[in-house]
Amino acid sequence: MYEPEFLQEAQRQLGVCTACRYCEGFCAVFPALELRTEIAAGDLTYLANLCHDCRDCYTACMFTPPHEFAINIPKVMADARVRTYEHYGRPRAEGFFRDSPAFTAAVAAGGIAAVWLAVAACMGPGVLAAAHRGPGAFYAVAPWLAILVPAIAIALYGAAVALGGARRFARDLRAASPAAGSVRAAAVWQAARDAITLRFMKGGGAGCYYPRTRGTSVRRVLHHCVAGGFLAALVSTTIAAVEQDLLDRMPPFPLLSLPVAFGALGGVLLIAGTTGLLWLKPRSEAAPASSVMTAMDYAFLVLLDLVAVTGMLLLVLRDTRLMPALLVVHLGLLAGLFITAPYGKFVHFVYRYLALAKYAAEERAESLTAR
Amino acid sequence: MPQPFQADVVIVGGGNAALCASIEATQCGARVLLLERAPEHMRGGNSRHTRNIRYLHDERTAYVTGPYRRDEFLDDLLRVGGGKANSALAEMTIDASRTVPEWMARQGVHWQQPLRGTLHLSRTNLFFLGGGKALVNTYYDRALRLGVRVCYDAAVTGIEDRGADGCAVLAEVAGVRRTIAARAVVAAAGGFEANVEWLARYWGDAARQFLIRGTPYNDGTVLAALLERGAQPIGDPKGFHAIAIDARSPRFDGGIVTRVDSLPFGIVVNRDGRRFYDEGEEIWPKRYAIWGGLVAGQPGQIAYSVFDAKAWGRFIPPAYPPYRADSIPGLAVQFDLDREAFVATVEAFNRAAPAGGRIDMSRLDGSATAGLVPPKTNWASRLDTPPFYAFPVRPGITFTYLGVTVDARMRVVTASGAPMPHVYAAGECMSGNILLRGYLGGFGLTIGTVSGRAAGREAAAHAMGREAAAAHGAVAHVRA
Repeated sequence: MYEPEFLQEAQRQLGVCTACRYCEGFCAVFPALELRTEIAAGDLTYLANLCHDCRDCYTACMFTPPHEFAINIPKVMADARVRTYEHYGRPRAEGFFRDSPAFTAAVAAGGIAAVWLAVAACMGPGVLAAAHRGPGAFYAVAPWLAILVPAIAIALYGAAVALGGARRFARDLRAASPAAGSVRAAAVWQAARDAITLRFMKGGGAGCYYPRTRGTSVRRVLHHCVAGGFLAALVSTTIAAVEQDLLDRMPPFPLLSLPVAFGALGGVLLIAGTTGLLWLKPRSEAAPASSVMTAMDYAFLVLLDLVAVTGMLLLVLRDTRLMPALLVVHLGLLAGLFITAPYGKFVHFVYRYLALAKYAAEERAESLTAR
Repeated sequence: MPQPFQADVVIVGGGNAALCASIEATQCGARVLLLERAPEHMRGGNSRHTRNIRYLHDERTAYVTGPYRRDEFLDDLLRVGGGKANSALAEMTIDASRTVPEWMARQGVHWQQPLRGTLHLSRTNLFFLGGGKALVNTYYDRALRLGVRVCYDAAVTGIEDRGADGCAVLAEVAGVRRTIAARAVVAAAGGFEANVEWLARYWGDAARQFLIRGTPYNDGTVLAALLERGAQPIGDPKGFHAIAIDARSPRFDGGIVTRVDSLPFGIVVNRDGRRFYDEGEEIWPKRYAIWGGLVAGQPGQIAYSVFDAKAWGRFIPPAYPPYRADSIPGLAVQFDLDREAFVATVEAFNRAAPAGGRIDMSRLDGSATAGLVPPKTNWASRLDTPPFYAFPVRPGITFTYLGVTVDARMRVVTASGAPMPHVYAAGECMSGNILLRGYLGGFGLTIGTVSGRAAGREAAAHAMGREAAAAHGAVAHVRA
């Protein structure tokens, strides 16, 4: 999965890190590196997916370019993660990752167009210009089954790709040295805690170098907003499904209801988080960034931000004549988000979590410093 | 709007001592200008390569494994330094080190567990998170936020006395000559180890084969200017601290990763293929420090650390891979050394070393050669298990010992014993007052921090009047 020159260069740089060890306290990557005498492709994949791209090692390194050692670990790790996502995704579609903004924009635009055409063709162009109010108003524009069936299909497809990737990734990770072998329940739980708290985005207490001048917790807080917002939106959708199918309450739900409360919370957090990260990214150091990964980040953040913004607008303007158009755009963007999910930044949490689980097992087996 | 090129206190240098001085002087209310010789990405001098600081403490904490008390600290200092230093200044430094971690944390420094492979320092030294460059970054960020003005690419060439008005610092800032008026100057610009011509004065052409482990900017210009103005020198001009590092290392700034730890695991031969010192004499950290000088004394200033498969994986590998071969002659052909003599040296060593048995690196294991000159008195084990490995090594110079004499207030002292007006010194360029020779891990940073803070306070007091500085300092202290 790695070009020989890329692997060789990664091994060279990590060899310098092994001899130095100053960055041991920042994150999981360096303690894990020190357990290994040789870095094979599988080890690189493991380390790369442990890396949270906090940049502390780059900022602390005496050997970054123009030093002749030319150490740039965050960039190597990000480039290796891009290759991870490509290698373990199905179908193998490099172009999707290498040109993420164009791919994402095309799919999202296609999603909007498809929903628009379907609504216009099946429901008549008239529904798009009219105001709809009361229970079932959304379904007057896009019928429930016409939303549900494609949504389930897209979700199942994405889940299948992600699970397949996870299975192959986990198998390769098990083969990577020195892997005590079994990742037991304790490690799975520890990794969940490390993921939820973003333990390795804390830089061992120093924060991350976003913006570039000093360690802060800004990026971690914004990431919490995005992840929390996404979960809140999922909770909102789940409650809405329960209310509709079991309690026979049809959306739109009243403002003082659980689906709207969670949906609004999720929308606000998502907008704050994604907008904040979009603001932060150009204010971080460019040298340790991978251009391909950065493009993937932007594509994903912009799309997620747009989904959240259209969702919130839909809530505010649902009783107006703008609702049908907003609904179409929102549904189209959602389709785009989930269709591109297996082929963009979205998948990072799958591989990151599995790498964290392996690290938690190693941390226990080797009694690495607990932090 | 302050003039860009005048200040109450000018700090010459941009490493740990300079930064500590600038922070303290600013907090005493002085307008401070810091002149760093290096460009921004290389700022921080050799402090960039440090990783821990030795300090006085009575208890174990989350980051140190036990107490390190005054008597032991003083004993260690006397043992390595030979007891010829200014003992009042040494005791002051040790006593002041007690509060240094608290002060560092206030500036934003974070701590971490001792790095793996540094057990011998885990009780006495505190490790800062991310090492020296992270430390330097934190201090610059802090200093800039406090209002210190920082000039990079600023090479100071001289310091002129202007009597009651203070002094003038002559500098070339980004290629332009400047004369900077100051009431007081703190010289904290390190030693001269990166100045090969200066080293060649004592070492001849051998100096051209030396590798410099740290910044290429420590060429000693400021030290030379002070000595020229009559500062009383201290420390052996020829003296330096050097270790054996990989011969393939960069000429400058290879730092920690070029160190070769394999020496006691096998034999060390010179270009003539002969052994020249007992590789089993002493374990870490002493062995670490003697081999630089030993290799400097060999023809061509090069040597080869040779070991076999039994040792591989038992020490921290350096940044460069070892040379390797399935036979001793096969190893020899990869280097420019006397092959026949080398093969004969290995054969003689193998005859003299005990057969079989695993060496125990955790102690002086007494596994010695019999009838060999020079002997290997510990960890002698035959080189009999292929593949065979070798690292070529050269002297890697860490720092030089020559400096200037200071008094208890960090004022630079002239040959007559009188303080030089307006000029203070801190860090490496005055560490000879406290540690005349030898090496104590993490103590250079202790000296730099304590002397830097003291020099910053004294310079501010001199520049602004003692009472004004003290009053301002007290307020700043409360705010911090």
